[in-house]
Amino acid sequence: MAHAAATAADDIIAYLDAHEKKSMLRFITCGSVDDGKSTLIGRLLYDTKLLYEDQLAALEADSRKVGTQGEKIDFALLVDGLAAEREQGITIDVAYRFFSTEKRKFIVADTPGHEQYTRNMATGASTADVAIILIDARQGVLKQTRRHSYICSLLGIRHIVVAINKMDLVDYSRATFDKIEADYRAFAKQLGFQSIVCIPVSALEGDNILTKSANTPWHRGPALLPYLESLDVSKDGSAEPFRLPVQWVNRPNLNFRGFSGTVASGTVRPGDEIVVVPSGRRSRVTRIVAKDGDLAAAGQHQAVTICLADEIDISRGDIICAGKAPAEQSDQFAAHVIWMHDDEMIPGRQYLFKTANRIIAGAITELKHKVNVNTLEHMSGKTLELNEVGFCNISTSAAIAFDPYAHNRETGSFIIIDRRTNNTVGVGMIDFSLRRAQNVHWQDLDVNKLARAASKHQKPCVLWFTGLSGAGKSTVANLVEKKLHDLGRHTYTLDGDNVRHGLNKDLGFTDADRVENIRRVAETSKLMVDAGLIVLVSFISPFQSERRMARDMVESGEFIEVFVSTPIEVCERRDVKGLYAKARRGEIKNFTGIDSDYEAPENAEVTLDTSKVSAADAASEIVEHLKKNGYLG
Amino acid sequence: MNSIEELVSRAERLAERKDLALSTVSRKLLNDGKGINRLKSGGQLTMRTLETAFERLSALESADKPAGVTALNPQPKGAQMTAPLDEAAKGGADLISPQRMSHLDRIEAEAIHIMREVAAEAENPVMLYSIGKDSSVMLHLAAKAFFPSRPPFPLMHVDTTWKFKDMYAHRDRIAKELGFELIVHINEDGLKQGVGPFTHGSAIHTDVMKTQSLKQALDKYKFDVAFGGARRDEEKSRAKERIFSFRSAQHRWDPKNQRPELWNIYNTRIHKGESIRVFPISNWTELDIWQYIYRENIPIPSLYFAKERPVVDRDGALIMVDDDRMPLKDGERPKMEMVRFRTLGCYPLTGAVRSSADTLPQVIQEMLVSTSSERQGRVIDHDQSASMEKKKQEGYF
Repeated sequence: MAHAAATAADDIIAYLDAHEKKSMLRFITCGSVDDGKSTLIGRLLYDTKLLYEDQLAALEADSRKVGTQGEKIDFALLVDGLAAEREQGITIDVAYRFFSTEKRKFIVADTPGHEQYTRNMATGASTADVAIILIDARQGVLKQTRRHSYICSLLGIRHIVVAINKMDLVDYSRATFDKIEADYRAFAKQLGFQSIVCIPVSALEGDNILTKSANTPWHRGPALLPYLESLDVSKDGSAEPFRLPVQWVNRPNLNFRGFSGTVASGTVRPGDEIVVVPSGRRSRVTRIVAKDGDLAAAGQHQAVTICLADEIDISRGDIICAGKAPAEQSDQFAAHVIWMHDDEMIPGRQYLFKTANRIIAGAITELKHKVNVNTLEHMSGKTLELNEVGFCNISTSAAIAFDPYAHNRETGSFIIIDRRTNNTVGVGMIDFSLRRAQNVHWQDLDVNKLARAASKHQKPCVLWFTGLSGAGKSTVANLVEKKLHDLGRHTYTLDGDNVRHGLNKDLGFTDADRVENIRRVAETSKLMVDAGLIVLVSFISPFQSERRMARDMVESGEFIEVFVSTPIEVCERRDVKGLYAKARRGEIKNFTGIDSDYEAPENAEVTLDTSKVSAADAASEIVEHLKKNGYLG
Repeated sequence: MNSIEELVSRAERLAERKDLALSTVSRKLLNDGKGINRLKSGGQLTMRTLETAFERLSALESADKPAGVTALNPQPKGAQMTAPLDEAAKGGADLISPQRMSHLDRIEAEAIHIMREVAAEAENPVMLYSIGKDSSVMLHLAAKAFFPSRPPFPLMHVDTTWKFKDMYAHRDRIAKELGFELIVHINEDGLKQGVGPFTHGSAIHTDVMKTQSLKQALDKYKFDVAFGGARRDEEKSRAKERIFSFRSAQHRWDPKNQRPELWNIYNTRIHKGESIRVFPISNWTELDIWQYIYRENIPIPSLYFAKERPVVDRDGALIMVDDDRMPLKDGERPKMEMVRFRTLGCYPLTGAVRSSADTLPQVIQEMLVSTSSERQGRVIDHDQSASMEKKKQEGYF
């Protein structure tokens, strides 16, 4: 710590005062195997004199024993921590390192570069302000370089330093450097970084690390460390509106009620108007309480406790927002998900989602596409495996407050937890709400059939099952509903028998009552279609005219007639309810097929004979029909 | 905001004039019978919805009033009340900005965030207290995190019975001052067997009286989360440990199977019997700790400051003779020397350094120009370089 000691030895009080005001920068280093990440970090630790003598002695001993640099010090040994890894000669997890200069304290996330460890890189990137991407000057921009850059952009890193390393091995060639810089900038254009700085370095020899190297007189930019010391990231989150995710309600006694949390963005002052999301309740900040005395203002990253003017209901999970710019809320989102576990992600399965301050149940309802992290191409897929990235639709059991991740890393991120093992199996970054009106705080004039259907990702319709008693209508309808439910669709079944127990229990079996029976069922299904549901109606409904009436009640394309055409002999043989026997004995009058006609549909959308196909196949056929015709979104 | 207030007051007057229930008017304007009431209690709506509602309102108003009357928009009642406050909130040019956060402010906020997260999600958390400087910082942070409430968890000291006398005195005083509930746990089995560093050696003593004792205590009190003051800069294997570090029901740490930890979102879910060790000051360095103690004026045991103390030299380590349990070798005689301790533990296992630094700035100054790293004073991880990792896998903090 010689650099520090010089001043510390002379005037310790002045030293302490100066160092108290240092700012902080978190960065991540990423590169392929052998690009020299660990060597670079080791070099930074070494050059900023943050090694103690006993550490240095141990390093020299280790370098001779297992080092890869012959007689020279192997800096990588400083940062390759765990015993198992040291034997393999590679880092396998995320390690955090610290060093500081007179201007800044640095926290470095060191993450591995090989293919299977996307998850570790994402972990390191999630808290980093800056990424140093290492490129071996002899190799140029590789597949891995693209992958690392994409993951950095996905995780919201705005500043990139491209350290073109091992310049000593290409004779400090300017042409090599220029070509790699041009290649990189061309590729990175699509990633939307706020700044990209390319620096020619040799981590091993120390070129352009602390100071500009005489070996690269043509390099007009800064050396690495001075650049990291001067980069201003303080404004990155301060322009966003105020957000305080409430972590803990502070209630020591009846006279004090404060809301504790870490300011995710923006600033807050006593007197500010706030709105609580999701509840929409409004109030004003009265105090920002701290142990050493109230604060006049608080900003991003500060852990605060605030008090409000009104006794409104606020609990953990809520976000206190600037009154004029509330966060969004929704229970359905589109988000990018990075899968982090060996057990693949399965759409429809229930997971727990944890946001900045809340755990909520939910499911990934759909994998829209996967992203090839090397080429950025979209690919189709049914599941996500470890280290894969997908763009997904997510549905939670209740509305949560959020901001898009691009605007706010703190309020736009979540982790996914397996309900059985409690492992963190994935992470996500919210892109947008799937609700049409995104800023609606409690209601919207435009909630209509379309909106309700859109929120359910389906086109509502009536599946009208008609056919003889015992034809298999209810059995098939039941299976169809199960399948649709598994697909996350919203359904309801109106069954002849069930409806007659309730809604229609005043009706008998006269012709008039039969028509009224069908009319009520048709009206009910119309309401349900308006509610956005897929309605399954299972009624004998023997007459063309009644079915026509039901069809005409809903819009065209919303009525799907399913004719279960199982022949009467088969139905009578099955006679599950014993009705045919009774009818034959004359105990039931007007029994369809025996002493009352069944008018078979002429233009049914689907016709099925359950004496020829199994109920399961029949159900699949219907679901297929729905899919093909766009009912399932 | 005035627009919403205007909508509400005009809707109310329309209801009165036409003798309609407010909910009826509300339904006509907003398709929602409770809409106006929600707006009155601070509800929000989109600009488009608001515009539509105004159009509908105007249509309803003009239906029974001559044209022109509705154009006289009366000043909404609430307006005078809200305007001055709005002005106050805006404040003009001399707006106070939040203080720019230094690195100490940042790591302080991070630690507080972590402690609050545990308080909110753990069922039965505890803060482990070792009486050292890092523990002192942890206590101070906890007091800040929950102010004006008291920290919602007890302190627990796993006592090997071999700590410095000064440490015990400091412990009891501080716990009382800060109003913490203090649990002291001693491995009574080990005590009965007479386990100690002199009789059994440092490895067995540490294992029985510290590692096993800690597991015993966690099992006994069924703590699901235990705060520890470990830092990533202390030792290589710790650099890779998560802030929320999962332990199996057998208290084991599996370095190959750690939960990914992103942003400041921590997975606190565990099954019965499992536990989590949480390290709020993971990202602090030794210098950060000292600097924070200096800035915040945090009390620490006097052993950190130089004073004449009776010591003997054992294999290059200066061991303080703190009580008469320490057997002296033939011809060995304690010598009074100006020494202090850079790290505190069991006195027979903690080497002192010769020093004259008896004020905090001097201690820091000495630390800054020192040439050997902090843990070197501890005798236990001297044998082999990967030993700490092994100990951690076995359940040592």
